[in-house]
Amino acid sequence: TRCCGPPGAAPAMNCRAEVLEVSVEGRQVEEAMLAVLHTILLHRSTGKFHYKKEGTYSIGTVGTQDVDCDFIDFAYVRVSSEELDRALRKAVGEFKDALRGSGSDGMGQISLEFYQKKKSRWPFSDECIPWELWTIKVNVVNLANEQERQICREKVGEKLCEKIINIVEVMNRHEYLPKMPTQSEVDNVFDTSLKDVQPYLYKISYQITDSLGTSVTTTMRRLIKDTLAL
Amino acid sequence: AMDTDLSSQDRKDLDKFIKFFALKTVQVIVQARLGEKICTRSSSSPTGSDWFNLAIKDIPEVTHEAKKALAGQLPAVGRSMCVEISLKTSEGDSMELEIWCLEMNEKCDKEIKVSYTVYNRLSLLLKSLLAITRVTPAYRLSRKQGHEYVILYRIYFGEVQLSGLGEGFQTVRVGTVGTPVGTITLSCAYRINLAFMSTRQFERTPPIMGIIIDHFVDRPFPSSSPMHPCNYRAGEDNGAVYPSVEDSQEVCTTSFSTSPPSQCVFTVTKAHFQTPPPVVTDTLKVPVMGLAFSHQLSSSRLSYQPAALGVGSADMGYPVLFAGGLNAAHPHQLIGPGKEGGVPPIPSQPAHGTQADQERMCTPLDGVHYSAATPSSSEDTETVSNSSEGKCGSPHDLLETIFVRKVGAFVNKPINQVTMANLDIPFAMFAPKNVELEDNDPMVNPPDSPETESPLQGSLHSEGSSGSSTGNTHDDFVMIDFKPAFSKDDILPMDLGTFYREFQNPPQLSSLSIDIGAQSMAEDLDSLPEKLAVHEKNVKEFDAFVETLQ
Repeated sequence: TRCCGPPGAAPAMNCRAEVLEVSVEGRQVEEAMLAVLHTILLHRSTGKFHYKKEGTYSIGTVGTQDVDCDFIDFAYVRVSSEELDRALRKAVGEFKDALRGSGSDGMGQISLEFYQKKKSRWPFSDECIPWELWTIKVNVVNLANEQERQICREKVGEKLCEKIINIVEVMNRHEYLPKMPTQSEVDNVFDTSLKDVQPYLYKISYQITDSLGTSVTTTMRRLIKDTLAL
Repeated sequence: AMDTDLSSQDRKDLDKFIKFFALKTVQVIVQARLGEKICTRSSSSPTGSDWFNLAIKDIPEVTHEAKKALAGQLPAVGRSMCVEISLKTSEGDSMELEIWCLEMNEKCDKEIKVSYTVYNRLSLLLKSLLAITRVTPAYRLSRKQGHEYVILYRIYFGEVQLSGLGEGFQTVRVGTVGTPVGTITLSCAYRINLAFMSTRQFERTPPIMGIIIDHFVDRPFPSSSPMHPCNYRAGEDNGAVYPSVEDSQEVCTTSFSTSPPSQCVFTVTKAHFQTPPPVVTDTLKVPVMGLAFSHQLSSSRLSYQPAALGVGSADMGYPVLFAGGLNAAHPHQLIGPGKEGGVPPIPSQPAHGTQADQERMCTPLDGVHYSAATPSSSEDTETVSNSSEGKCGSPHDLLETIFVRKVGAFVNKPINQVTMANLDIPFAMFAPKNVELEDNDPMVNPPDSPETESPLQGSLHSEGSSGSSTGNTHDDFVMIDFKPAFSKDDILPMDLGTFYREFQNPPQLSSLSIDIGAQSMAEDLDSLPEKLAVHEKNVKEFDAFVETLQ
């Protein structure tokens, strides 16, 4: 179902926003984005609800699995749901293509927004009220040789470890979460279209930013060179 | 007092949640250090035995150890449950890597609803634990275990002991959950790196004797609980069958209600579960730890480049342990709801439903409580074990089969190789790679060609001929490590990889060298005038000689 509101609109007042930044090599973009998005969705997905009489419901079981990255010295845990994985891969793939094709310095951001739907009376369309917005800023660097790439593998792996810790910190704050809905309201809070898990309603969007100059790329390259010099 | 605010039912529920949370915490941590990728399947229908709505398998041995450590108690103020992860090398040295602490502090949240909010937050905390266990340094170490070291776990209950982690250890907080009786906190203190190794001087000579090793071997506190390898062993004691967790255990509740909290009914059924004894089929016996490793060290392949952690190749995709065509050791069944035994009838409150309906319409939802806990319709809980998706492979295989790297019995150690792992120093294989090794290697940097003095030689000498091949031409491709497949050979004292590297850059044949050719020609040319002068001097003799012949 389409959601309303212009993309990239400012989040509502009570929507918390988190920003993460990563610098990666081109071939690492997909895995890095998937690692972050999957980690967030692991915390924002429940088992499938099964409503019974008397207003009770039971919750299905969420399985998890380890994923090893090929281009980064890193591993992460994701929800065992092929549908969810496919949806994320599709979004990340589009983002990666856009980054590559932009001809810019390779800077962009991908956003994961969790929202609730609020039904409005006709003729007004339903409102989408975001309650949590994650923005991942990406800077793609180009490396000159295999040695630099090897170092980048490790560095990006370490950085992603930090990001996971950051994400968990945010999750642990136990701030606003939508109330558990009744059966009639469940589609306003959760994405019930998947067959095995039930994430909160979410949407992914991305932006490719115009090059702000090469300063950031140069800094990253300098960081790697400094590391090599040691 | 606190307890009067909390209903006895809530208190019982809370205690149960904390107990099973502690057990699941231990499972997640130990399973994350097994050295393999974990995979469990989602199930849209609740099984009644998946605590916190997460598919976390229970390794019976681990639950047994956890229960032993807890001894019927729950984490409380001053009484923390700790899971210690340590590393033990093949020489027998051990070192603590991490301490995972499940603690309780005094900060209470009286308002929080036990059966809903606390339960769901505990579920969230377990997810955080799944994520965090993959980002501490010990995870990558554990993925490479098996050959030179193993990862062990130890569970203890009481005061947290962090002194074994060395100086400068770091802490990461996994999360907290407030409850009416205190706040549960889960955190991990971990050794940052093997930094102390870099202060030692490693040489390429025979081992330094008398190194102080008490840092590694002596345990600061005599541990009452023994250490266990994270790799699940089966078949070793055929008699010791650990009761599976679900034995005589209450089913976890999976029903929630959207009704307001006034009517809260929570019943637990004690179902009789079928526990088939684990069937051991086709297992490889794992030899006793100490013996296994000394055997492996003497007959194992040592790679040409010492595997230094944190430097160079980290091959995440290839765990050290191979499966090598093993069959499932244990069909580890998750127990489903029993079909017999007392299932007490759910106290019926006919007004409950309608009242809830009414209240739903008038007032905003207030929270949820359990209204009934019934074992779900007998869904086959085997779904968690078997994956039809192919991605998981066979999940129960991952946890229950033994992985042993079989090494050829007659494989010899290469004679002239000195790698760090040879040195008889604790944790020698973790030493930072000695970069000079390669610089001194004549195969990589061949000696310069010999100098020549002839002036003619300068013009005839072509640059960059003999013996000039170095790694420079391959600047953008650095061979980090070379492990050719099927390269072990019983006959050769070195493996194919080593052979390849040594003979990768052979010097050119001298006869083919244009240098030497040019040199001799130049010499010839130089000496010609001299020779001509000598012949001219003797021309009369030559002429006389010719005449005698006619």
